[in-house]
Amino acid sequence: MEKYILKYFDAIRTIIAILIGIFISILVIYIISKSPGGSLRYFLLGPVLSKSRLGNVFETATPILFGGLAVSIPFQAAQFNIGQEGEIYLGAALGTAFALVFHMPAFLYAAMVLFFAGLIGAGWGYIPGILKAKWKVDELVSSLMLNYVAYFFGLYVINYHFRDKKAGFLVSYQLPKAAWLKQFIPGTRIHIGVILALVFAILVYYFLYHTKLGYEIRMVGFNRHFARYGGINVFKVIVLSQVIGGFIAGVGGMVEVMGIHHRFNWQMSPGYGWDGIVVAIIGHNHPILIIFAALFLAYLRVGGQVLNLMSDVPSEMVTVIESIIILLITAEAFLSQWKYRITVREAARKEELNESAS
Amino acid sequence: MDTILSIRNIVKVYPNGVVANKGISFDIEKNTIHALVGENGAGKTTLMKILFGIETPQEGEIIYKGKKVHFKSPLDAIKNGIGMVHQHLMLAPDLTVAENLTLGIEPRKWKIFLDTDKMNEIAKRVSKEFGLEVPFDKRVKDLPIGVRQRVEILKALLRNVELLILDEPTAVLTPQESDMLFKTLKDLKKHGKTIIFISHKLKEVKQIADRVTVIRDGKVIATKDASELTEHQIAELMVGREIKSERIAPSPKVGEPLLEVENLDYINEENIPVLKSVSFKVRSGEILGVAGVEGNGQTELVEILTGLRRLTSGKVIINGKDMAGKTPREIRENGVSHIPEDRMKNGVAEAATIKENLIVDRYYKKPFSKGILLDWKYITNYGKKLIKDFNVLATSPDALVSSLSGGNIQKVVVARELSSNPSVIVADQPIRGIDVGSEELVHRLLKEARDKGSAVFLVSADLDEVLELSTRIIVLYNGEIVARFDDVGGLTGKDLGPYMLGVKREE
Repeated sequence: MEKYILKYFDAIRTIIAILIGIFISILVIYIISKSPGGSLRYFLLGPVLSKSRLGNVFETATPILFGGLAVSIPFQAAQFNIGQEGEIYLGAALGTAFALVFHMPAFLYAAMVLFFAGLIGAGWGYIPGILKAKWKVDELVSSLMLNYVAYFFGLYVINYHFRDKKAGFLVSYQLPKAAWLKQFIPGTRIHIGVILALVFAILVYYFLYHTKLGYEIRMVGFNRHFARYGGINVFKVIVLSQVIGGFIAGVGGMVEVMGIHHRFNWQMSPGYGWDGIVVAIIGHNHPILIIFAALFLAYLRVGGQVLNLMSDVPSEMVTVIESIIILLITAEAFLSQWKYRITVREAARKEELNESAS
Repeated sequence: MDTILSIRNIVKVYPNGVVANKGISFDIEKNTIHALVGENGAGKTTLMKILFGIETPQEGEIIYKGKKVHFKSPLDAIKNGIGMVHQHLMLAPDLTVAENLTLGIEPRKWKIFLDTDKMNEIAKRVSKEFGLEVPFDKRVKDLPIGVRQRVEILKALLRNVELLILDEPTAVLTPQESDMLFKTLKDLKKHGKTIIFISHKLKEVKQIADRVTVIRDGKVIATKDASELTEHQIAELMVGREIKSERIAPSPKVGEPLLEVENLDYINEENIPVLKSVSFKVRSGEILGVAGVEGNGQTELVEILTGLRRLTSGKVIINGKDMAGKTPREIRENGVSHIPEDRMKNGVAEAATIKENLIVDRYYKKPFSKGILLDWKYITNYGKKLIKDFNVLATSPDALVSSLSGGNIQKVVVARELSSNPSVIVADQPIRGIDVGSEELVHRLLKEARDKGSAVFLVSADLDEVLELSTRIIVLYNGEIVARFDDVGGLTGKDLGPYMLGVKREE
């Protein structure tokens, strides 16, 4: 039994952290809500009580998943590029502009627009990458700063050049129908992009764990000195990991525009890059685990919205829960004493086995 | 005789599951030199860390001067009269000797200002009392390592230490400096001190120890008077099996030079010349040993040869091609392999699996990958084969390197570096910190590679290793080759010592 606890310690720790987070949120709900039982039900079960809300979970998870995948690649190379927010925003803004300027035959349209948005994201990832590789500029700082550049530049392009003046809000013109990602389950807004996100997750998994470049990225992340000593071009890996991450972020941003809104309507940066960092951390930068992490976070979000609509508890609660869970998960030492005690007992048991065997 | 220290059934398990001490018990008599010997990884250092309050054991007790003690920190241990001289000395390099000696207990004028005169006076007093001469006003960083060690010992004595632990004190010393140290230790014994001397150099143990405790695999194998045991017997107790004394292999066929270095200069980032017009050749079928005190340019030289560092000027010709300034991959492709000095920094990625570590120099070639995809099935089988061939103690090629012991990690490194059929092998401290069994294996493999026609460039701080393996020897001092020995027959450490210290140089 204890052997298995050791083997799956990280998973168990994550689950316990989540449970503690939920327990604390239950406490908070009991304190602030006048009818805590009902509120709790909305919060925990709200997302599965109707088809459209369940759909909401998948729709919400999609851009978060793209964000998480985009984060996981540079993170696996130990490059703490946090520019995904900007890459998503700029990919979507310039991708929208591209779609509005160049009209193409339907079968090419969506693919070309997504590819273009990906290139924008990749270019945005290249900047901190090359700055780090060439001049040792800290990518955490440069990518963070570039987020602001991306946000205001994207906003400028949309508001001054592609704004639909007939619309009542600050939004771009609507994309031609041929560039939409089809919503294919009636009663929900689940669109092709949801499938695309899953395909991307599997591709990223294969990329990281089964290709030569993926191996290089992981070795650089484990130990940069070792990679260099072994002959890996660390410079190339530092840059490429951020470029590829940027590509995925750019695509993710555009998918959201093409699948849900059909026009660019983000006057505020949507935060998918930050959510991406959260799910990448929860999923230990592993693409398959990130799928579940993104669904989990989306479930919490939707639960929070239901709670907000149907009860007297404000949706800010969700942020509280999220933060507590992330704090617990990222605290490496959380439960480490417990692990140590099990380790000691396991070691003693092994010794006894050895003794009796010899 | 009185027992000063009793160690009772100490058990220590590290958080990663390694059981370093499995119920260790022995006594240390007052006023003796007690040697603690065992292979690396046997648990000596862990035990001493427990004694000194750095680690806490899971079980067992320590009885010091008849009282059960439990030290919470080194400070606690020192207060109770136990001092330790670490392998890597713990002194403040920019402070003077006197300042280092009195650090933390420094005399003050009006409780605020340092009283330098009194400081020197105190330093002089202990120095005289124990007959240990040190230059009080010099900065520690300007002193040779042997003198620094003396400062460290004095520092402990000044704090009225009665039991002094020395962790492999001779590892960094030249033979001459070691002799000085032994004289010091014997003097301390006359002053009524008790000394625990950790070592795996048995000659030294026989030379100075009164009692010997042998530890193997976390357990005490024997505690006996040193006079009762021969060197050979101690060695067999340490290893747990018979050791056949090895004849030096017949001199192999020496062929063409495979590695040639001409007038190599290297000036570092701080504008200090680290290597000065270094030239040498290593031929097929020979091992060129580099002797020298650490920090005389060896690290930089090795890094330049393997492409990890850029030289300032000169030529590095490998297999007939000038490889100066080429990348590590280009150099490896040209037949060079590299056993690095610091295996945890360069040699492995701890958090990766064994098989991932084994392919870092070849993953991009067939049959390890096809197109852009890695062939994990092939790599797994390949990993299994190397684990078997190189005797790595591991459950599977999917085990993490961090789960292995130091010796087995080194075997992973050596397995990778010697399985690529290299024509030039750059081996930097290939047996540092590994057990005797692994040591034998690594040495045997290097000799085999030599006999198969590789040129081996061996750098080691361990003079015995250099003397045992080398066909020829050069001595590096302050970035220059100060001596060359083409005939190593009958050469001893004492012959090399003066060159290593820079007292003597060849014309």
